[in-house]
Amino acid sequence: MADGNVNDLCIQAATVNGSGSQSSNLVITKALFHMGIPVAAKNVFPSNIEGLPTWYDIRITPRGYQCRKRSVDILIGMNPATFADDAGNVRPGGAVIHEAALPRVGAAGREDVAWYPVPFARLARERIDAKPDLRKYLQNMIYVGVLAELIGLDPAAVERGVHDQFRTKPAAAELNLEAIRLGVEYAREHLVKTDPFRVEAMDGTAGRILLDGNRAAALGALMAGCTVLAWYPITPSSSLCEALIEHAQRFRVDPETGERRFAAVQAEDELAAIGMVLGATWAGARAMTATSGPGISLMAELTGLGYYAELPAVVVDVQRAGPSTGLPTRTMQGDVAFVHALSHGDTRHPVLLPGTVTEVYEDTRRAFDLADRLQTPVFVLSDLDLGMNLWMTPPLPYADEGIDRGKVLDAEALERTRDWGRYRDVDGDGIPYRTLPGTPHPRAGFLTRGSGHDENAFYSESPRAYRDTMERLRRKIDGARMLLPAPQVEEAGRPGLVVAYGTTHHAVIEARDRLGEAGAAVDYMRVRGLPLHPLVAEVIERHERVYVVEQNRDGQMEAILRQELPGTLCDRLRGVRHFNGVPIDAEAIIEPVLAGEAAARRPPARSAVA
Amino acid sequence: MTIAADKTNRIGLTRDDYRGAHTTLCAGCGHNSITNHIVKALHDSAVEPHLLAKMSGIGCSSKATAYFVDRAHGFNGAHGRMPSLATGAKLANRELVVVGVSGDGDTASIGLGQYCHMIRRNLDITYVVEDNGVYGLTKGQLSATADLGSTLRKGRANDYPQIDICAVAIDLGASFVARSFSGDGKQLVPLLRAALAHRGTALLDVVSPCVTFNDHAGSTKSYAYVKDHDAPVNTPDFIAFQPEITVDYDPGTVQDVALHDGSHILLRKLDGDHDVRDPVAALRALHEARRSGEILTGLLYADPEIDDLCTRERLPDRPLAHLGIDALRPSREQWAALMAALV
Ligand SMILES: Cc1ncc(C[n+]2csc(CCOP(=O)(O)OP(=O)(O)O)c2C)c(N)n1
Ligand code: SF4
Ligand SMILES: [Mg+2]
Repeated sequence: MADGNVNDLCIQAATVNGSGSQSSNLVITKALFHMGIPVAAKNVFPSNIEGLPTWYDIRITPRGYQCRKRSVDILIGMNPATFADDAGNVRPGGAVIHEAALPRVGAAGREDVAWYPVPFARLARERIDAKPDLRKYLQNMIYVGVLAELIGLDPAAVERGVHDQFRTKPAAAELNLEAIRLGVEYAREHLVKTDPFRVEAMDGTAGRILLDGNRAAALGALMAGCTVLAWYPITPSSSLCEALIEHAQRFRVDPETGERRFAAVQAEDELAAIGMVLGATWAGARAMTATSGPGISLMAELTGLGYYAELPAVVVDVQRAGPSTGLPTRTMQGDVAFVHALSHGDTRHPVLLPGTVTEVYEDTRRAFDLADRLQTPVFVLSDLDLGMNLWMTPPLPYADEGIDRGKVLDAEALERTRDWGRYRDVDGDGIPYRTLPGTPHPRAGFLTRGSGHDENAFYSESPRAYRDTMERLRRKIDGARMLLPAPQVEEAGRPGLVVAYGTTHHAVIEARDRLGEAGAAVDYMRVRGLPLHPLVAEVIERHERVYVVEQNRDGQMEAILRQELPGTLCDRLRGVRHFNGVPIDAEAIIEPVLAGEAAARRPPARSAVA
Repeated sequence: MTIAADKTNRIGLTRDDYRGAHTTLCAGCGHNSITNHIVKALHDSAVEPHLLAKMSGIGCSSKATAYFVDRAHGFNGAHGRMPSLATGAKLANRELVVVGVSGDGDTASIGLGQYCHMIRRNLDITYVVEDNGVYGLTKGQLSATADLGSTLRKGRANDYPQIDICAVAIDLGASFVARSFSGDGKQLVPLLRAALAHRGTALLDVVSPCVTFNDHAGSTKSYAYVKDHDAPVNTPDFIAFQPEITVDYDPGTVQDVALHDGSHILLRKLDGDHDVRDPVAALRALHEARRSGEILTGLLYADPEIDDLCTRERLPDRPLAHLGIDALRPSREQWAALMAALV
């Protein structure tokens, strides 16, 4: 057996949703993690509560790649509806653990993989002493045992995984361990291992935790001092709001009085959610909402109001595949262009583009400072892959620094200011000073409005006042270029450059390694925010071929680049686009980049007419 | 007249301290009368101007936030979305006295959803609907509060039944529901003061004739506007000279208000026997009045015992907006424990 198959494989559990397989898959993931093996887990699930196919990919690589892998090494086939197709995706030489009752027809009849039939249903029925519905759940726990035996999961790590999973329910933990032991025992007695895959404990997870991006974003909001959350449930953002509520309950409730230093309102829709956020920031609180594409669509009008009336707001968009309901439980980078320019008239909003769990935590936290500083809605663009999957990450750092509430005049400051105008550009940065309702000063009050206004916030339809305001707003948002995180650049003078953003990052890491091994190494720039940082154009200028990789059909970032870059640089851009709902993998990048680099190295074709 | 305006209230402010910008609405518009009543009520109730939050949507009516209490903060937001803005503001700073001004289009059509949910949450707000049964600002389209069969200025009849926002509110469990008439200061000012004193959503549906688009006998929410042949309409400067229609009648009676053009509206004032704690009685009275072509005015329903949103959310007395970051972040130890538990 080649050593190349140690700690380097992709396991896919193909199950039926609502069957409890999620717990089984998390136990496997956590057991691997406890063995010190870098693990990446991706849940590809249906928009349904029970009965539709669902897949869970667990990938382990010695280098700790966190992106998806296209082919499967070990399939756990539990779903009759997809069994033949799932078996077809296993790579030659792979293995299939499956419910013995499933018919081996179609691709499930192939001979180039190892077959491990296990009578899960019968074992559960005959050997597990539990109620019938619980047995159905435990049936899936049996496959954890079978897999553990076949690939060599450390029993102690598995046990820790079970205890992590059923932390508050010791009785359930015991039942699940029982089911796992049953699987181990069955595999030992009835299966002969003929595949090459196995795992070995290593030291690749020290100082890491497992965390999903939504919870990290929620913790960022908590740390930023967000006190008002208004939201409307939508996958894949709901778990962010629920996590924020959960942590606020834990850390913001006075144990004696039961008073809450936090308000969470489940609004009637996203229109109301963003309205509540703007009302709250207008009155001086830090407020946020989280949603996905359909909700963003409903927030368009009021986002424009926030922009023009100059009110802070933090909106986390956990993107999913659109348009319309689209694929609500699948991922996409499909809202970049829409969010950046959301609303009618001329509008531009700062957008943060996190690619990792740490970044979505930091970006959400910093979004509150940016929104207060710039007095404008700020968007954090996450996606389903980042938000809902578990990622290996260093623990999130405690925030030591204070917060930036921006230019707010209190009564004392007003007293010192002789002549105050709400929309006056005193400092030349386009950012005016504001006062908050409730400020005890006779000159504090003014009327905020979405209609035309002059420097003093008076109603105005004057062409000049309108133009001046719009110019100032442009200056203000332009200033955000330097406030947003700078692009991350890895340059070594190569002529090819990959440009990416968000979770595409993880596929780029693997793709660059493999491109390098194939003699086609490329430089890399990851964009971290919009409007673009000046460095973006500078780096592009230094490269001949620029591959803009993104997870949408229309090349939304590429279009933004084309709008902002000088025309001569636009010719260097080449779109690499992935849009099938599942997270991008390295192959999607390697193939087009390899082709592009090879074409560039070929001498130009001679003209036929000499 | 000026004597009253000069009088100082409990906190030493005169009526002038509660005034706003000069109105730009049409001369004689019912909305202007309501503004004056709001000024009087805020003054009489001695509301601190800096604690007042004037909220509105979009429409002629919603412009009114500019026409009272200059010193206060106000938010003339988006069409139909004022309830959400007001909800956020109150959650952020529960010390604010929130007064919302809306129109019938703003509330009963585009904003009906937010209106219902505001009531359901019992947001602490005085919510005034300046109800003219028409879209004033967009020039005369029918609104959802127009009565079935009433006609537009151009003669088209309304084919659809009205939404009675008071009945809707009562049915949703509102805590304070009243109806009045823009010209009846004697009734409206005390209602406004009661609404300001109430903790929860206080709805005031105020029939407020639009002299420009709903000034004919075919409308059931109108008074016509007598105009001199040389007197230009829509001249703001002219407004001071326009006669307001005022009424003054006793509880339990029906008041036939003669309008300038000879048409009339019937206002029935609720009498002392009406039990404002009985929602079924209030709904029955509303339906009966409608059947006989009357508009029922007065306090229809009130339940001061229902907790308002901030109470239900168990917010501290200190406004959330005033809490420092140290009160909002977990401690370093709590954070470390949280991270350690994440596998
Ligand atoms: C989203 C949106 N749709 C339409 C409009 C246009 N609009 C402005 S005011 C108005 C109707 C206002 O009617 P009402 O609330 O009854 O106020 P009134 O002018 O009668 O006082 C409409 C439809 C708008 N401003 N916003
Ligand atoms: S159009 Fe009607 S509602 Fe609008 S200001 Fe004129 S009279 Fe009032
Ligand atoms: Mg109207």
